[in-house]
Amino acid sequence: MLGLNQKDTKLLIIVTAMVVFAPFLLNPFPQGSELAQFNGGYPDLLQRFMIFGIFAIGFNILFGLTGYLSFGHAAFLGVGSYGAIWMMKLVSLNVIPAIIMGVIVAGLFAVVVGFISLRRSGIYFSILTLAFAQMSYQLAYSVLTPITGGETGLQLKATDKPIFEDLAEGEIGRANLFGIEMGESFKLALGDWVFTFNFGYYIAAVVLLISFYVSIRIFRSPFGMMLRAVKSNQQRMNYTGLNSKPYMLAAFVISGMYAGLAGGLMVAMDTQAGPERMFWTASGEVVLMTILGGVGTLIGPVLGSGVIKYMENIISKINDNILHQWFSIMPDGIEDFLVAVIHPFVGKGWHLTLGLVFMAVVIFLPGGLVEGGQRIGRLFNRKKSESPSSAKAEAAERGV
Amino acid sequence: MSAEGIILQVLNGLDKGSAYALIALGLTLIFGTLGVVNFAHGALFMIGAFCAVTLSRLLSLSHVVIDETKTDFLGKPLEVNVPYVFDMFGPETGQAIIDWSVPLAILFSIPVMVLVGFAMERGLIKHFYKRPHADQILVTFGLAIVMQEIIKAFFGANPIPTPAPPAFSGSFDFGALIGMENIIYPYWRLVYFSFAMIIIGAVFAFLRYTTFGMVVRAGMADRETVGILGINIDRRFTIMFAIAACVAGLAGVMYTPINPPNYHMGMDFLVLSFVVVVVGGMGSLPGAVLAGFLLGILESFASMSEVIAILPGINQIIIYLVAIIILLTRPRGLMGRAGVMED
Repeated sequence: MLGLNQKDTKLLIIVTAMVVFAPFLLNPFPQGSELAQFNGGYPDLLQRFMIFGIFAIGFNILFGLTGYLSFGHAAFLGVGSYGAIWMMKLVSLNVIPAIIMGVIVAGLFAVVVGFISLRRSGIYFSILTLAFAQMSYQLAYSVLTPITGGETGLQLKATDKPIFEDLAEGEIGRANLFGIEMGESFKLALGDWVFTFNFGYYIAAVVLLISFYVSIRIFRSPFGMMLRAVKSNQQRMNYTGLNSKPYMLAAFVISGMYAGLAGGLMVAMDTQAGPERMFWTASGEVVLMTILGGVGTLIGPVLGSGVIKYMENIISKINDNILHQWFSIMPDGIEDFLVAVIHPFVGKGWHLTLGLVFMAVVIFLPGGLVEGGQRIGRLFNRKKSESPSSAKAEAAERGV
Repeated sequence: MSAEGIILQVLNGLDKGSAYALIALGLTLIFGTLGVVNFAHGALFMIGAFCAVTLSRLLSLSHVVIDETKTDFLGKPLEVNVPYVFDMFGPETGQAIIDWSVPLAILFSIPVMVLVGFAMERGLIKHFYKRPHADQILVTFGLAIVMQEIIKAFFGANPIPTPAPPAFSGSFDFGALIGMENIIYPYWRLVYFSFAMIIIGAVFAFLRYTTFGMVVRAGMADRETVGILGINIDRRFTIMFAIAACVAGLAGVMYTPINPPNYHMGMDFLVLSFVVVVVGGMGSLPGAVLAGFLLGILESFASMSEVIAILPGINQIIIYLVAIIILLTRPRGLMGRAGVMED
C-alpha cells in the first residue's frame, strides 16, 4: 500500500491507530481517581508528543542514516518558529502558510549551515553545528531583538494586523485552520472517564503521520541506501568515484526542514516563539529522544520523544503529598523512608531520573527501547517454537 | 585605543582563558590517553567548585553559646553562634581558617576529585573504550546530567557566593607596577591566572620529566607497542584520568570567588571548552592551552564598547565564529596532529 512493503504498511497502520486513538489510550484512569495524574491524554501534552516526534524523526534521518551527530539541531526548530510566527503576524492566521513558511526558512538556514558544517566529519561536525546553533541563540537573544523579540520572544498581539484577516480593533488574532481554532476541543464523557479530542492535536497528528510516511519512504529508497553507505564507510564510497557531498547535504536539509516543521507546528499550537528553543540543551534533548527510542529505527524516535515528554510532564508533577498518599497504607516509619528515597527522583528532580534512564539505555541497550522490545519479543518467540523459520525471521528482523 | 586599554583587556581575558585552558587541558589529556570524549568534564569542574562550597560550609558549622555578658533588646542573654573551629583553634585562627576556606579547599578537593575520577573511569568509562565516540559522548552527557542534578538536590539551584580571602579581595592598580596608569585589576583574578599557570606547568613537567609521564606520552603515541613492552598502560591511563579530573576540579575550586557556583556552571563551560579543544587541535596539549587563552582574550576584546559599536553582538558569538573560521581553514585546529579523530 502507498508503495510500502507489507511490514512497513503494518507499522504505518499501527502508528496511525495509536495516534488516532491516543486520547483514549493515554487516558486509562478515570477522572478524579488517585491515578488520574498519570493520564497523558490532555491536548497540550498530546500536541507535544506529535511535535517532538516530528523533530526526532527528522533528526533520525540525519543521525540514524548517516551517523553524523548534529548537536545544534534546535537552531532549525527555533528559526522555523520565528518564520511561522512572522507569517501569522503579517500575512494570515491560517496555520498552513505559517507552517510552510517555517519549513522554508529552516530549510534555507539548513542549506547554509549544512554546506559549511559538512566539510568536516566526526566530532568536528558536532562542534560546528553546535557553534552555529549557539551563535543563532546568542544573536536572537541580543542583536536580532527587532526580529526575534529578544528575551521575551514573539507573541501575537492586538497591534498585529495580518493582511488576509480582518480583525476588530484591539482583537488578538488566534491561530486557525480555515476558521476552526486550534484550541477547539470536543469532550466525551463515558462514565467516570473524560476524553478530550482536540482539533490542534489532530492537525499535528496528521502532519506527524505524513512525516512518518515520508521518513519510511526515505529509509527504503536508494537515497536512504546511499546515506547508510556513507555511515558504514565514507572513504570507500569516495573510492568508487561517488561524490557523497550532495547526498549528505540533502539529508541535512531534509532533517533541518523536519525541525522547521516541528517549529512551525509549535507556533501553530501556542502562537509564540522565543530564543530558548534554540539553546544547546534543546538540541541535546532531541539527541536524547532519538537515542532513547532507538537510533536508525523508524519508530524509535517517536517512542523516545513520547517517553521523554511524558516523563517531563508526569514525573515532574509528583510531589511529596502525592507520595505520602500512595504509601499511606504502610506504617509511618516506612512511609516516610520511602518518600524520602523517592523524593529526589520526582518533581523538580525529574532530570535525575531522565539522566539515569538515559545512561542505562546507552550502557545496556545501545539500540534503545526498540531493541529492548525486540529482545523481549525474541525471548517469547524462542519459548514458543525452536523451528528454523523463527531463526530466519529473527535474522530478517535484525537486518532492519 | 590606548596601550592601557589593550593591557586591561588582555588581563580581563586571562582569568576566563585560564579556566578554558585548564578544562580543555583535562579534556585533551583524557582524549589523548583513553581516546574517550568526556562530556562530563564540565561536571567535574562544577564538582570542584562545590568542594569549595562544602568546605566553607563545614568550617562554618557552629553551635549556640549563650553569652552572659551581652543582652539582646529584650534583656535576655544573647545567643551567639560559635563555629566549632573557634573552639579548636581560638577565635582569631578560627576566623582566618574560615576566611581562607577557598584556598584550603584545594587540599580538600584533591582527594575528592581523585576519588571521583577513579570511580568514573573504573565504573563507567572503562566499558566504553571500544564503543563509538557517539556512545561515549552520550553516556558521559547522561552522567553529567546526573551529577548536576545530584548537586542541585543538595545545594539548590541558586548561585552560592563564596568569597575570596580578605587579603585578596578588592583590586589593585596593575598599571603602577609597569609604569602606566589606571589599570585596575582584581587581586583574585591575578591569583587565578598564576594558579592556572602553576597547574599547567606542573602537568607539562610531570609528562615531560618523569618516567611515568614518559610512559604515558609513549602510550599516547602508540598504545599497542607500549603494551607489548610489558607495561600496564591501562593503569597509567586511569591515573591520568584521575589527574585530569583533579585539574578540572582545582580549576573549579579557585573559580568560585570569580563566579558564584551554580549547578549548571559545568555545562556552560563545557560547551566552550569543547570549542577550545577543537580550535587547539584534538589531542594536542599545548594547543588546548594556547587556544584557551587565545579565545579568552579574544572574548574580552570583543566585549569592549568600541568593538560592539562597530559590530553589535560580536561579544556573544566571537568564540563560535573563530571556531568556525579555524575549523574551515585549518582542519586540524591550531596545533592538531594528523590522524586524530579523522576516521
